[in-house]
Amino acid sequence: MGKTLRETIKEIIKNHLKNKKGKVFGQCLTAVGWVGGTLPELYEKDGMIELSMADVASGGIVTGSALMNEKPIYVIRYQGFNWYNAPMIVNYAAKSKEIWNAPCPVFVRGIGMEGGIGPVAGSSHHSLYYRMPGLKIVSPMTPNEYKKIYNSFMKDDEVYYVSEHRGSFNNKIELKNDIKGKKDFVIIAISITRFEAIKAKELLEKKGFKIGIINILWIKPFKISKASLKCIINSKFGGIILDDDYVDGISNSIANKLNHLTNKKIFTMGLSNKSAGFHKKVDNLPPDTKQIVKKVISIIKN
Amino acid sequence: MHKKLRIKIFEKASLCRHFETNAYKFSEKKLIKIPIYLSAGQEFISASLATIINDICKIKPLIFAQHRCHSTYLSFGGKIDNLIAELLGNYKLSNTKGMGGSASIYSKKINMFGHDGHMGTQVPIGVGACFTSKKPTIVFMGDASAEEDYVLGALGWAATKKLPILFIVEDNNLSILTEKKVRRNWNMHDVAKSFKMKGYELNDSPSEIIKYQKFFFKEPMLLNINTNRMFWHSGAGKDSDQIFDRYLNEKKILGKEAEKIDKKFNSTIKKKWEKHLEKL
Repeated sequence: MGKTLRETIKEIIKNHLKNKKGKVFGQCLTAVGWVGGTLPELYEKDGMIELSMADVASGGIVTGSALMNEKPIYVIRYQGFNWYNAPMIVNYAAKSKEIWNAPCPVFVRGIGMEGGIGPVAGSSHHSLYYRMPGLKIVSPMTPNEYKKIYNSFMKDDEVYYVSEHRGSFNNKIELKNDIKGKKDFVIIAISITRFEAIKAKELLEKKGFKIGIINILWIKPFKISKASLKCIINSKFGGIILDDDYVDGISNSIANKLNHLTNKKIFTMGLSNKSAGFHKKVDNLPPDTKQIVKKVISIIKN
Repeated sequence: MHKKLRIKIFEKASLCRHFETNAYKFSEKKLIKIPIYLSAGQEFISASLATIINDICKIKPLIFAQHRCHSTYLSFGGKIDNLIAELLGNYKLSNTKGMGGSASIYSKKINMFGHDGHMGTQVPIGVGACFTSKKPTIVFMGDASAEEDYVLGALGWAATKKLPILFIVEDNNLSILTEKKVRRNWNMHDVAKSFKMKGYELNDSPSEIIKYQKFFFKEPMLLNINTNRMFWHSGAGKDSDQIFDRYLNEKKILGKEAEKIDKKFNSTIKKKWEKHLEKL
């Protein structure tokens, strides 16, 4: 059996510290759990740098490290913490190459999670970075995708926002697109919703619908193959974008792009427009299989 | 303080002063079309530090500054022509190809890193650069920037990691026109001490600044240097004619030699600006 995504990330980080002599910054890295088991048990002498709890300053400290050509990895344990950690990454690191021709590449590991953890720690917040120039946004959910993204970063000189999700850390399987043949409808999924999309496809196909699946790894720049576009163009009813963030961000923006490229109606599903509470009755979770199936059927039937 | 050294510092200050008075003039005439932040009145801070660090200690530090940093750039050896070009909008000759303006000066040659426009961000960024490179680093900020919460977080971390970093607060007592006493009841040198780093308050006289040379880059240190801004926060204008002018004071103390230097820079800097204006 292959390695899980968790083991893959841990191995990449270990290599980054031991062989590339890089640095990993973050808060409470060496605490119990080692960030969901994705960090090797290494310490400051090895390049694993514990920052203070000053979120905004810490984003700046990592930015300064990147200015010195260190290619630091910055771990943000919950994506909602980006509201305070991102300011200097998006305003300095992302712009430095363009303004002063001084590259400042940071590999930001933003880790998503949800379910009973409230409005800040819960869900993905990759849309936060979306509107700023000079950075790339990716959301790898499989071991090979993660390796590709890390290798791409090491050859590149730009900021990468890597939108991870704890729900994918046990995953060993490479998720493939299903774009062959004429589809009734296409599900275009981002982050953790990719796993629900597969389940929804199975249920919908049992009901007689032909469903395509397109996995989105590269959010910014948005990358989609010609064959995938053709699949949407040839579909009967268009498609839907699934996201683990609020829809008023990346998903609506990508839907607009796809709408222009394919001339098909592209719908979106993501977090509801409300804050997440802690009780399950007031939580705000990404679309699940049942909700996706219901939405797709309603689109097709109307 | 040895007169020869004082003259050397005056020479840098004179270059800065004449640069800024010309910038003032051409901003007033609308030949400079971007916002400018003039450092006249505060130039002895950079002139003294650059003379001590570059010329005496032979150290080429990483430099992080923000707006009002023309004197920092010029004192540490930045090319005057590039800065004139930047301010006059000469796209080809400017260091940043027109991206930096007056507030975001960048120079690879002197290790001066650009600024993103958010006050005080140069402090955590400078701390991160120093931590990673372990190179002597100097970070300039104003008394208003020093109030940014992330500045305080970064100072604490620099102290914890015992970095070879020098924090300079160019304290002109004003945030635009709001006085320090209206904004806070604490002092930056006290904050530095509470973070267990060396922290001192002094004025911008070269003979004062040089006293702290022995501590430079041995461990983190903060100098809160009280100074005066001759011109408006932004653009060409004066808040008052009653402001103490360190430049005139030093010129008077140093006598004929300083007058000669002043005359020399008055003429050479003026010519440089005029040459650039001809190209517009």
